Amino acid sequence: MQSPALPVPEAPSLVPPALRGILPLLIAIPTLALFHWSLTGSDFATYLLSVVGVNIILAVSLNIVNGMTGQFSIGHAGFMAVGAYIAGYTSLQLKEVALSFLPVSASDQVLFMLALLVGGVAAALCGFLVGLPSLRLRGDYLAIVTLGFGEIIRVFVQNTDAFGRALGLSGIPQYSSPGMVFFWVFLVVLAARRLAGSSHGRSLWAIREDEVAAEAMGVDTTGYKVRAFVFSSFFAGIAGGLFAHFVPIINPGSFTFVRSMEIVVMVVLGGLGSTTGAVVAAIFLTLLPEGMRSLFGALGTEGSLAQRVDQIRMPIYGLLLVVLMLSRPQGLFGTKELWDVLPRWLPRKRRGLA
Amino acid sequence: MRRLAPMLLAALAVMAAACEKKTQPTPSGEAGTQAAQGQSGSAASGTPPASSDTILLGQVGALTGGQATFGISTRNGIELALKEANAAGGVNGKKLAIRVYDNQSKPEEAAQAATRLITQDKVVLILGDVASSNSLAMAEKAQAAGVPMITPSSTNTTVTEKGDYIFRVCFIDPFQGFVMAKFAREDLKLSKVAVLQDNKSAYSIDLSGVFTRKFTEMGGKVVTTESYSQGDTDYRAQLTAIKKTQPDGIYVPGYYSEVGVIARQAREVGLKVPLMGGDGWDSEKLFELGGSAIEGSYFSNHYSPDNPDPRVQKFIADYKAAYGAVPDALAALGYDAARVAVESLKRAKDLSGPSVRDAIAQTKDFPGVAGTVTLDDKRNAVKSAVVLKVGDGKTQYVTTISP
Repeated sequence: MQSPALPVPEAPSLVPPALRGILPLLIAIPTLALFHWSLTGSDFATYLLSVVGVNIILAVSLNIVNGMTGQFSIGHAGFMAVGAYIAGYTSLQLKEVALSFLPVSASDQVLFMLALLVGGVAAALCGFLVGLPSLRLRGDYLAIVTLGFGEIIRVFVQNTDAFGRALGLSGIPQYSSPGMVFFWVFLVVLAARRLAGSSHGRSLWAIREDEVAAEAMGVDTTGYKVRAFVFSSFFAGIAGGLFAHFVPIINPGSFTFVRSMEIVVMVVLGGLGSTTGAVVAAIFLTLLPEGMRSLFGALGTEGSLAQRVDQIRMPIYGLLLVVLMLSRPQGLFGTKELWDVLPRWLPRKRRGLA
Repeated sequence: MRRLAPMLLAALAVMAAACEKKTQPTPSGEAGTQAAQGQSGSAASGTPPASSDTILLGQVGALTGGQATFGISTRNGIELALKEANAAGGVNGKKLAIRVYDNQSKPEEAAQAATRLITQDKVVLILGDVASSNSLAMAEKAQAAGVPMITPSSTNTTVTEKGDYIFRVCFIDPFQGFVMAKFAREDLKLSKVAVLQDNKSAYSIDLSGVFTRKFTEMGGKVVTTESYSQGDTDYRAQLTAIKKTQPDGIYVPGYYSEVGVIARQAREVGLKVPLMGGDGWDSEKLFELGGSAIEGSYFSNHYSPDNPDPRVQKFIADYKAAYGAVPDALAALGYDAARVAVESLKRAKDLSGPSVRDAIAQTKDFPGVAGTVTLDDKRNAVKSAVVLKVGDGKTQYVTTISP
């Protein structure tokens, strides 16, 4: 295993040092605005890209725990559910409220942001409570605990009237937009990349490679693991909150163990530890079923073949995954990032360990 | 830390900026109903010329996942109805085509598929799913886009409450609870009944809620209410608890997959009383799973294949010829929904959302195979239900109960 490349700042940089910290933001905001504007009016693209965005947030955040820290959490959908239900419930309660000093739509967005943060913090809190005892242990215990947590949340929601029980919570104001979703995608990717290169991140990598050795080197393993876990849960909660604000109804059936595994699959497929790998895998796996639908749709509407095939879409999806994992067991990118695996003739910065 | 401060500051600034940025889109999201209605009204009226010789309908159903047999039956019923309509000359000379999407029994997939049907395929009308939560997700999208939607068999009351573009051709949950309560009290003369509900399904909770209320009102007593979750395999604990209360009957308004197992285990723990349920029982699989244990049980349903009405018998014969099975109620409802849709399209003055909606709303005394359909002002079908008895590996028609 090789350790990740350090983002060493090149000595002759074009960016003035004062701006370096916020440069990504300066680039991202206009891009997002443009992206958002270009999507107005196309409902399907909006919906699909929102799903893609949410999956990216989930995959990248899970990658912090499963990839960088080498722990095995399989309850990500549980944290997503906490975020979705708490944020959704908050929004429902605040539906009639508007901030007087802002126009209605702007105040809605502020309240939406507030609801998201409430959901994210609630998920982070759950992450802390779940992680604190279980991350002291090694090996598979975290997997068992997170699996249990996911199920507990689902059963809890199913039996709570305020959350709409089995039918689900509907009527949540649909504030979300692709611009907002991708703003959070941007934040989580930025945070994950910064984390990977920081000294904090290096401790996580050390834990991943050899926990005993890391401890011997003076790394507070439990502390680092819990922090990584809380961080990851927070973003899962945010993803859930976003999800709740563009899907018309949230239902316990959407946050099952299968959902958690889908996210794990994205992380594994992208390469454990590779942030861009998780992003690429999330995009690929979300668009794949829809792409197949387009492909089969092209076969014609009359032919019942297309309809029959829509039914076998998911088995094909599964088969493709098996093939992919057999041909590249380390995932698409391994621990490398996108720019490390791009062909060499592409102009790119030299990396210490590439 | 020094680098963190400007970053936080910038993040805050961005949040403010982000909020402002969202000001334009939100109206379309929030006031989406009016804006999108106007917009898609024109879009919809713009689309028909594009498909001049065919009218494209859409269906989203659970073709895979836990409720797959429901989705497939519905699809077959719809397919059959459209085939017949096309053979009879289509709608005003135009052929009908349908595009079917799978939703994996998940609401977010249902919403995605419905959006796809509306915006990509530009369908004139959507036929909904069986499970109510999936139909709810679709209803939201259809209502916002001003595309009429008919759900064949989502019985939850909230589905059609989503708006004036959403219709159904089946009765609603409370009615089924009422039917079984009335049947249990008046025909079976039961006085003590236990309820075993599926806590994971709103359908089950709704039915048992109404059943409990009505049965108590009619002078009966619900001795205990136990719950399980869809997907459980062991119900002995609940059944033993029920046995202690010595009921005359057990109301199990769940789905066939669990009910079959529940019936077996009920006999195992020594409960000999009849089970009662709703239309979720309606599947060939029930006999397979329940075996002899399920015999002697009753459930309320939308239609009975034993109905001697020639229209019903013709439907059954046609369906058998096409798919090699006796149609269940969901197939019959799918068939009815598609036929109501076709009739309405014939009556509609053009194919825009509002005119089709108005045409559907006028549906009155439509002779469906699963009862005569009249849509009330809440866009629900007012119709009677049948009670069926399970015996000898098939269902027997017992009685019809009217609202």
